[in-house]
Amino acid sequence: MTIDRNLVLYLEKLGRIRLTEEERAACETELQSIIGYFDQLNSLDTCGVEPLSHSFPVANVMREDCTAPSMEPALLLSNAPQKKDNCFLVYRTVE
Amino acid sequence: MQYETVIGLEVHTELSTKSKIFCACATRFGAAPNTQVCPVCSGMPGALPVLNQNVVEYAVRTGLATNCAITRGTKFDRKNYFYPDLPKAYQISQLHQPICTEGWVEIPNAENRTKRIRIREIHMEEDAGKLLHDPWEDASLADYNRCGVPLLEIVSQPDLRSAEEAVAYVEKLKAILEYIGVSDCKMQEGSLRADVNVSVRPCGAGEYGTRTEMKNLNSLRAIARAIASEAARQIGLLEEGGRVVQETRRWDDDRGESSPMRSKEDAQDYKYFPEPDLPPIEISEAQVEAARQALPELPETKKRRYITELGLPEYDTGIITGSIHLVRLFERASDQCGNPKEAANWIMGEVLGQLKATQTLPEDMSFDPDSLGRLIALVQSNTINRGTAKKVFAEVFSKNVDPEAYVQEHGLALITDRGAIVQALRQMLAANEKSVAQYKGGKAQALQYLIGQGMRALKGQAPAQEVRQLLEELLE
Ligand SMILES: [Zn+2]
Repeated sequence: MTIDRNLVLYLEKLGRIRLTEEERAACETELQSIIGYFDQLNSLDTCGVEPLSHSFPVANVMREDCTAPSMEPALLLSNAPQKKDNCFLVYRTVE
Repeated sequence: MQYETVIGLEVHTELSTKSKIFCACATRFGAAPNTQVCPVCSGMPGALPVLNQNVVEYAVRTGLATNCAITRGTKFDRKNYFYPDLPKAYQISQLHQPICTEGWVEIPNAENRTKRIRIREIHMEEDAGKLLHDPWEDASLADYNRCGVPLLEIVSQPDLRSAEEAVAYVEKLKAILEYIGVSDCKMQEGSLRADVNVSVRPCGAGEYGTRTEMKNLNSLRAIARAIASEAARQIGLLEEGGRVVQETRRWDDDRGESSPMRSKEDAQDYKYFPEPDLPPIEISEAQVEAARQALPELPETKKRRYITELGLPEYDTGIITGSIHLVRLFERASDQCGNPKEAANWIMGEVLGQLKATQTLPEDMSFDPDSLGRLIALVQSNTINRGTAKKVFAEVFSKNVDPEAYVQEHGLALITDRGAIVQALRQMLAANEKSVAQYKGGKAQALQYLIGQGMRALKGQAPAQEVRQLLEELLE
């Protein structure tokens, strides 16, 4: 897989971040070497091997359906950059 | 050219668990903003989810009630997207091994036969928060109470062919979910909502047309209108030689039209991967069998039993079994009065009448469900007549009055004392000498008038048959 400038721009958009030109160039080479490393896996024959989603042999970790107190709204909102009426104030999303 | 509309539905239903799917926050609807939120459901760094076991149980129950196969080894996947209704920036959902697959439900179709609608899969996921537009700030307010409320997404195959079929399908799912007690299905509170996929194709064509999707329709009316409008729009496009673009559209129910949604369109690259914070789930044969045994009687079975065992009309049973709330009222009333046919008549007449007149949904009926049966018993024992009973029922329905106490307080019981009736009729006859003379002169219609006057003198509280009989005797 090739990491080119268009893919970096697309990832910026998906991740809601904006990079400088230097950062984009760095991203291109760094991501390319990371992806290249993983590309080695493609040389292996994985026919008949079940995909692994978890490496520990643990299943069925569940809790009973019981409630516990939630956070105080003031505490919950204490790190919010903007808030109003006990809500997080975020950029306009309604079209 | 004749066109066929092809519809597939993704129905989202909020499960009625006490706590959320991955944390112990309450799921109560209508709480003050951000009062049911914790580090897990607000996506604080380092917080880890733990699955609520009832979500799995409810999902299995739903799968069995809709004839699905239950996946023995199931797991969660992470669906990544940036949107402020989702503070973690991902939704925990199921992509590859949904808990239920390949089921079906039956709906009545236009020819009054049943049509089988296939269910592709049912998966478990968490709900997102709510965003409210704040016109003062020109920004949105995020309330995360709904974040992490457990959802089942029930995905149908594109087997539906009209808005009516889509509505019948949602009604059937709603009835089943209510019967098995996994969701309250209150559409007006968003606990049942649907994404609708619509395409059109010339009748007889083998391939499907290009489809569009409308998300988050939260009433049966909106579903029906959105489908009809979208099908008409697509047919219009094709007739003009244009083509349908695959897109997500927003349905505006107030304006009765849809428009393309831009914001999420090019960002739908969810980069799914197995959810690393939740170990897989293994469901045993014994667990599935126990759930199957514990299933209650479902709408279709109940309907058939009402027809064959109780002898109720097919139409009535369809209406009653369509809502667990009407079923409960019907079964309580039948037990109370010992007369299922009479109970069904009251539901079809007075109960539906009051629901319609007051624009109330069956789930919002708040009177004591025993009252209907007791009221019917009062009519059967000749304590009150049917007309009075209907008036009392209006009071039961609106104010939850006790039927016996109300009848007594307002003196509505029928006069059973023969002497008292005779006395009242004598007085009435004395005041109506002219009509009495006409009757004796051979004018038969005068008797009707006198009976009416007699009932009036008794304020309608005597058995009509007895009044007629006594009058004839007195006039001899
Ligand atoms: Zn929580």
